Amino acid sequence: MTKISSSDVRKVAKLARLELPEDQIETYTEQLEEILSYVDQLQEIDTENIPPTTRAVEVVNAMREDIVKVNCSREDLLNQAPHREGDFFRVPKIL
Amino acid sequence: MTFADLRQKLKSGEVSSKELVQEKIERIKTLDTTLNSFLTVNTDEALNQAEYVDKQIASGEPLSPLSGIPVAIKDNLCTKGIKTTCASRILSNFVPPYESTVTKKLLNAGAIMIGKTNMDEFAMGSSTETSAFGPCLNPWDITKVPGGSSGGSASSVAAGLCYGSLGSDTGGSIRQPASFCGVVGLKPTYGRVSRWGLIAFASSLDQVGPFANNVSDAAEILQVISGKDEFDSTTVDIPVPNYLETLSKSIKGMKIGLIDNCFEHDGLATEVKDSVLGGASLLENLGAKIINVSCPRFNDGIATYYVIAPSEASANLARYDGVKYGFRSEDEQSLIEMTSKSRAIGFGSEVKRRILIGTYALSAGYVDAYYKKAQQVRTLIRKDFDEAFKKVDILLAPTAPTTAFGSGENINNPMAMYLSDLLTIPANLAGLPAISLPCGFDKSGLPIGLQLIGNVFEEAKLLQIANQFEEAAEVYKNRPKTGFTL
Repeated sequence: MTKISSSDVRKVAKLARLELPEDQIETYTEQLEEILSYVDQLQEIDTENIPPTTRAVEVVNAMREDIVKVNCSREDLLNQAPHREGDFFRVPKIL
Repeated sequence: MTFADLRQKLKSGEVSSKELVQEKIERIKTLDTTLNSFLTVNTDEALNQAEYVDKQIASGEPLSPLSGIPVAIKDNLCTKGIKTTCASRILSNFVPPYESTVTKKLLNAGAIMIGKTNMDEFAMGSSTETSAFGPCLNPWDITKVPGGSSGGSASSVAAGLCYGSLGSDTGGSIRQPASFCGVVGLKPTYGRVSRWGLIAFASSLDQVGPFANNVSDAAEILQVISGKDEFDSTTVDIPVPNYLETLSKSIKGMKIGLIDNCFEHDGLATEVKDSVLGGASLLENLGAKIINVSCPRFNDGIATYYVIAPSEASANLARYDGVKYGFRSEDEQSLIEMTSKSRAIGFGSEVKRRILIGTYALSAGYVDAYYKKAQQVRTLIRKDFDEAFKKVDILLAPTAPTTAFGSGENINNPMAMYLSDLLTIPANLAGLPAISLPCGFDKSGLPIGLQLIGNVFEEAKLLQIANQFEEAAEVYKNRPKTGFTL
């Protein structure tokens, strides 16, 4: 049985870049616990030597010519940014 | 009225495309303040497109298959210059600079895009209640949910707000709402239809497909949107057959497999079970052979899905960082704070829940126990289907364990909500095409859906059987009446 603690939820939220208010941590902990406990039924299935399926319908080596095509203008893309400065995306300080 | 009937009327001048569009827009104005099927109504552009088609007709130009027919598009498909929100606050102002392949194909086939439909946020949900822009309601009974995640695409067709629509199906998001709203909904084989411009949820499972009033209209839409796309390397280069040609061919001697695990499930409502088994008898009367088959791992679909889908979603949704597009929380001191806060405000609770599950399942120390294990079980589920298709042409099951449930009934209980996709998820995991068809009604008059699952790329056979069933059952002639004048 999977046991999720509130500190696990805090850690995962940090990894996922998701700020969670303190008063919601408990609810998420309970819900994740319930979902992951349900998922635990998979552990009972014998999967020894069974290869994983990544895609149901495999396409191997889908190749195409490497030709530059313009689908979107640079301006249109830059204009989507919440903050733009010239040809750059503007963000708060990184370090 | 089918697309074929509409084409006839347009050609003969009995009705103009502009009149069709105006009628639907009027209807949206009257009914959709209640239903909330649409997030954006594309009035001006739709009328312009319609006028263009009417001119083509007047000048005797040859018409494209869907010329002049108003259709709706799920709001997770990028439409150039038209807001595409994914029903999320984080994309509430997103206007795509490009057109998705499927919508481009529909537009090239002459269809008129009347609007963008409501959905569960990022297609995560089974009731269209997790939309950031308010829930969508079921036109058969507005105290019930329309299903989800493509609830708006289903309810708009059921309520006659458009003649057909596109949705997307990751774990049942086309078939379950089709079942709840009494319309036809088809999920194609993984790789049959391009995902380019479909906002990604779980990339190994997502497929775009049609909703329609009847099987032949669904076949017509599938015909237009199918095929290899250079922008989606997972599309498969197999010729697209003519789906309409085989619709009326006899199904005598075809073998239809009843998946016994589906009918034994505790959560399956008796009325649903009886109605779907009645549907199987009807197919038997049409000359098909009914055979019981077993898919032992079928019921492990949900557990498998709730590892794979959230894992892929947590990676796909990492792109919403408040930098390049979408919502940004202002005045944050650092990049990490800005991203974490933007996502906290921008995403709703179901999306957050799935990001957390996915991040957990993929985090160091757990990836083998969860993600790899689920992918291995996925192989076993596929193998069950492979075995079944050695014995039968097509599989038959209910689409959903119940008819439409009440608004608010499952919204605070994620696990109960997830279980409503029990019968649809395995087809996604195995990449198989599947269709939901109305097959009857429960005591309170809500529609029941019958699901047919085909082998890979056997959409033609699926549609053929579905069409024969539809003509014999005549369930589709019933339309929702509750509270609406139709």
